Amino acid sequence: MDTERLIRTLGKDTAAATPFRATLLRGLLAAAALAGIVFFAALGPRADLAAALETARFLFKFVVTLALAIAAYGAVTVLSRPGAALAHRLLLLLAPVVLLALAGVAEAVSVPEAEWASRALGTNSVLCLTFIPLIGIAPLAVLLHALRAGAPTRPVLTGAVAGLLAGGVAATFYAIHCFDDSPFFVAVWYSLAVAILALAGAVAGRVVLRW
Amino acid sequence: MRVTKADEARLSRLLLASLDGDERAYAAFLSEIAALVRGFARRRLTGGGIDAEDVVQDTLLAIHLKRHTWLVGAPVLPWVFAIARHKLIDAFRKKGRRVEIDIDDFAGVLAEPETETASERDIARALEGLAPVQRSVVASISVDGRSIAETADGLKMSETAVRVALHRGLAAIARRFGRN
Repeated sequence: MDTERLIRTLGKDTAAATPFRATLLRGLLAAAALAGIVFFAALGPRADLAAALETARFLFKFVVTLALAIAAYGAVTVLSRPGAALAHRLLLLLAPVVLLALAGVAEAVSVPEAEWASRALGTNSVLCLTFIPLIGIAPLAVLLHALRAGAPTRPVLTGAVAGLLAGGVAATFYAIHCFDDSPFFVAVWYSLAVAILALAGAVAGRVVLRW
Repeated sequence: MRVTKADEARLSRLLLASLDGDERAYAAFLSEIAALVRGFARRRLTGGGIDAEDVVQDTLLAIHLKRHTWLVGAPVLPWVFAIARHKLIDAFRKKGRRVEIDIDDFAGVLAEPETETASERDIARALEGLAPVQRSVVASISVDGRSIAETADGLKMSETAVRVALHRGLAAIARRFGRN
């Protein structure tokens, strides 16, 4: 078929397409709903939730996980749009890292050195490494599906950032359950758990985000 | 080929009108884009057995199917050329893989990847792989040049069904190109 004919044919296919931003937002809402369902079915909130809500350490976990989710969402939005400026949005992904580092310094100042190791190891490390990926895997699939409607020219990176987004959402729910609130614990185990999802996203993205 | 601010503004208006369903604006937009992408691809394809027109058609299909990723108000040309670059890299990657396969599987046989590539990537042949309804609709519109209404009449389908089949058929052709 010559190009003229192709253009005439494409010109006839004028069905209105959903703007990508709307598709991605719907994907995020579905992902959050799925994460919530798995969380409440498998774990549920910790027993002393009301008391925990009054402590800075508990609340700070959500500052970090939500910062990760918001930054990752901003990054996948531009990664899915060809020709969009990337650097600025990718740099925002450092925000949760910086927040966590600052909290780590504060924790190091306020807690005696003898307790550092036990705070970092906590008691829930296995639970954390199991459930953040478990809560996040279905949301990751939903997000990747939504991203297929986009046009990511870097499928591996986009998949990895989708994993960070799924990880941010999953960690936000998981943090409601976990009573290891020290920034040390969050820095070690949450990061590892989220990295598992980022890796899964990168591997899957390489295949499913090609177009 | 110099692209000016006026070109950018005109293309932006045309694409905006296209997204509102203006068929003529869309055909005009695609024709201008085809010329720009043709220049872009030819400058980067000197020899090497990749047909610039294949890259142009791949890019047009991709732009068509991904047109909702253009952010209304954002510059059109960076978006267009990012898609064209993506499809050009894709063409190089496939070419590399195809040559490797040729050497491994047909050692000693005089393979001619260039002509093979050109015919394999012909959209007319891509039609053959479509589901029957999609094939009749796409062929009626592309090969016979009929309108949506005439096609609906000829195939005893509703216009909506014709539009859906056309859209799905084009998406299937683009996917097939992506895999080959």
